[in-house]
Amino acid sequence: MIDPEGIETLCSHLDVPHTDVRILMLAWKMGCEKQGYFTLDEWRTGMKALRADSISKLKKAFPELTQEVTRPTNFQDFYQFAFRYCLTEDKKKCIEIPVACELLNLVLGLQFRPQVEKLINYLKYQNEYKVINMDQWMGFLRFCNEINFPSLDNYDEDQAWPLILDNFVEWLRANKN
Amino acid sequence: MDAGVARLKRILHGVDGVSFSSQEYIHLYTTIFNMCTQKPPHDYSKQLYERYKKTLEDYIKSTVLPSMKEKHGEFLLRELVQRWKNHKVMVRWLSRFFHYLDRYYVSRKLLLPLKELGTTCFHDLIFSELKTTLAAIIIDMVDHERDGQRIDRALVKDVLDIYVEIGRGSMTVYEQDFEEAFCKGTADYYSKKAQTWMLEDSCAEYMFKAEECLQKEKERVAHYLHSTTEPKLLLETLSELISKRAEQILNKENSGCRVLLLDGKTEDLSRMYRLFSKMDGGLSQVSQIFKEHINEEGMSLIKHVTDAANSRKTERKEVAGSQEQDFVRKAIELHQKHLTYITNCFQNQTAFHKALKEAFELFCNKDVAGCSSAESLAAFCDNILRKGGSEKLSDEAVEETLDKVVNILTYISDKDLFVEFHRKKLGKRLLFDRSANNDHELSLLSKLKQYFGGQFTSKMEGMLTDIATARERQTKFEAYMDPWPESCPRVDLSVTVLTTGFWPSYKTFNINLPTEMIKCVELYKNFYNENQKHRKLNWIYSMGSCNIIARFEARPVELIVTTYQAALLLLFNEADRLSYSDIVTQLNLPDDDAVRLLHSLSCAKYKILDKEPSNRTISPSDMFQFNDKFTDKMRRIKVPLPPTDEKKKVIEDVNKDRRFSIDASIVRIMKSRKVMSHQQLVTECVEQLSRMFKPDIKIIKRRIEDLISREYLERDLETANTYRYLA
Repeated sequence: MIDPEGIETLCSHLDVPHTDVRILMLAWKMGCEKQGYFTLDEWRTGMKALRADSISKLKKAFPELTQEVTRPTNFQDFYQFAFRYCLTEDKKKCIEIPVACELLNLVLGLQFRPQVEKLINYLKYQNEYKVINMDQWMGFLRFCNEINFPSLDNYDEDQAWPLILDNFVEWLRANKN
Repeated sequence: MDAGVARLKRILHGVDGVSFSSQEYIHLYTTIFNMCTQKPPHDYSKQLYERYKKTLEDYIKSTVLPSMKEKHGEFLLRELVQRWKNHKVMVRWLSRFFHYLDRYYVSRKLLLPLKELGTTCFHDLIFSELKTTLAAIIIDMVDHERDGQRIDRALVKDVLDIYVEIGRGSMTVYEQDFEEAFCKGTADYYSKKAQTWMLEDSCAEYMFKAEECLQKEKERVAHYLHSTTEPKLLLETLSELISKRAEQILNKENSGCRVLLLDGKTEDLSRMYRLFSKMDGGLSQVSQIFKEHINEEGMSLIKHVTDAANSRKTERKEVAGSQEQDFVRKAIELHQKHLTYITNCFQNQTAFHKALKEAFELFCNKDVAGCSSAESLAAFCDNILRKGGSEKLSDEAVEETLDKVVNILTYISDKDLFVEFHRKKLGKRLLFDRSANNDHELSLLSKLKQYFGGQFTSKMEGMLTDIATARERQTKFEAYMDPWPESCPRVDLSVTVLTTGFWPSYKTFNINLPTEMIKCVELYKNFYNENQKHRKLNWIYSMGSCNIIARFEARPVELIVTTYQAALLLLFNEADRLSYSDIVTQLNLPDDDAVRLLHSLSCAKYKILDKEPSNRTISPSDMFQFNDKFTDKMRRIKVPLPPTDEKKKVIEDVNKDRRFSIDASIVRIMKSRKVMSHQQLVTECVEQLSRMFKPDIKIIKRRIEDLISREYLERDLETANTYRYLA
């Protein structure tokens, strides 16, 4: 079992900050269950999949891994994984707003910078919701993928978008100026 | 034969006797007969036929046409009539002479029979020349008649009969050569009239004239036009007078439809209905204005009431006061007024009922002076149903008013809010014995049940049953108490047992009761447990009332107070002076309630207690003393305890119930359908709940999400915007 300290060490060896998204991708590849810990099995699975048996090989595997993750077929899975990975206790089904904001930034920041920025602002500003659940989380991805930004012209609140996104769009439209 | 013709002409001109003698007739006939039956080339049939035709044509051209061309106007018409008569005679005789042709030649050669040929000649030569002139003359005459002059109706009729006759069975001649032009002439005439009248007349006057015109045109047809003209004529008239100017008429300033509605001009409105119902889409225009008018009236009513309430500057602006009840009363009147219009003037047409409904739905769901209409309506009912309400009505009047209340309720979308307010007020009325008439309470409930279903009223019916049961039980309790007069020496206790669930939840706290009361309570507990072993009684002292006799220096006065107030006052039996904290400790009171109680007894209308310092606010450092010097001219006074504002709580409770209802509805729908699109689900949910309230779409969405996280539903992964039921 590698614990958080161990992961930090690993990261410094890899020359990657431990809050970097690539560590998250690695966790996904390994199928990690608990945030901050890599079990031996998980480690083995991951290394095998990446065909890496040394730090340098692991380092080299990162670009390919990034590519693999961002492929549309995998990305949804990775995105969902990211949420689950952040659930700190067994029975919890939601993550707090600040954590969600960080995660959004990490996971969607590159691909959807403008949306993510606005969304994070909104999440911090509103106080109706204190936590985000999986349904809403997946909704964010759908929103980024499907809705024209910043025009928002194809957003229809009569559809089954989570209410938090309806409110977000309303807020965006009201604050256009 | 020429002689025969010449003879005929002379007859026509009234020269040579009246008609041919039979001898002459036979002679001519035979001549012709012979000429036709000879063998060719001596068969003169063709020539005879031609001759016949030519004879007529010549005569017409030489005599008839010129004489007609000389004449004008009515004289022309008379000439026409005369000439036609002559022509008919001529044709009749000639065709008799030439009759043999008819029998064989005509049918063999498929030519026009003689009589028809005669008519055709006349038509081709006379009519085609003069038809425009003729039509113009007639139209002119008719216009004169419309203007009020008398014309020779018989003459016109004769002329028009000619048209019909010439048509030989079809109306084409009549229609083409006369009717078209006539209708156009009518249109022109009325178009001009309409223009003048629109400027000069009010809406009512205009409509009166229009109806008159339609009537007159109808009579005209009966007198001298052909009956087939009637629909076309009336259509033209209607079109010019009404259809083309519908909007102008309806919206005429100071006299249009709205004004008629305001001023109650039922006759004019009935006329309007009659006229506009003949026009395509006419009634929908009228009903539209009807609806707008009602809505405007309703909105202005709201504004008046709101303004009046604001200007009164009472502290309790949020509680439905007399202004809001005024609103209800006036809304009822407005409804009645316009319903009467629909019955009396608009022949109960559904379009108007619909307009009334929509207009009321629009403004009845707006707030009035900060109160929802549901609350105002409940306050109105309370006023009618309680003792000492400001409306003193006879039994019948009460029933009628309650009927109308239920009517208004159908327009309010938040019906569940009304029920909750009503239930709360009913509770107060029943517990403090303020209900004026139990029959009326029951009657209102049964009306509500009829209109909206049992779930509306089941709890309140339970409340009424509880009260009835309580009365019976009280009799038994008094019998039970009888043998032990020493146990409750000076206190008569009456208890009402309420079934939880039927009644609103009442806040209460366990105050320390005085010993006399405790004894009675214990006694009742024993009595009750004898019959109902497995029930637990939860004592709600906050809703109790007490009559106690206070012996003041001047004279004793009976005070009607709440149980809490009584408990507080009884403390002064043991001590002369008490501090605020004494009172609070001895009674085990929360501070808010202590302040309210003390205020009602020492700073309000009746100062039963003296307060040091004697200002109007209660503070923890105050001291209280029994006010010996108090007196009042009445022997019995009510010292009220102002109620806490329950409005917020009612609204909260209703919102909570609504969330449950929405959840239940969504689950019910999804369970039966298994898979459903978002819009469909929302629509059905709204539909299901519409009897009780109008759910907010956002709240429905929120509930759906909640149900998703509670794993009743899930989003369908393949189809967007669809949900699946999770068993």
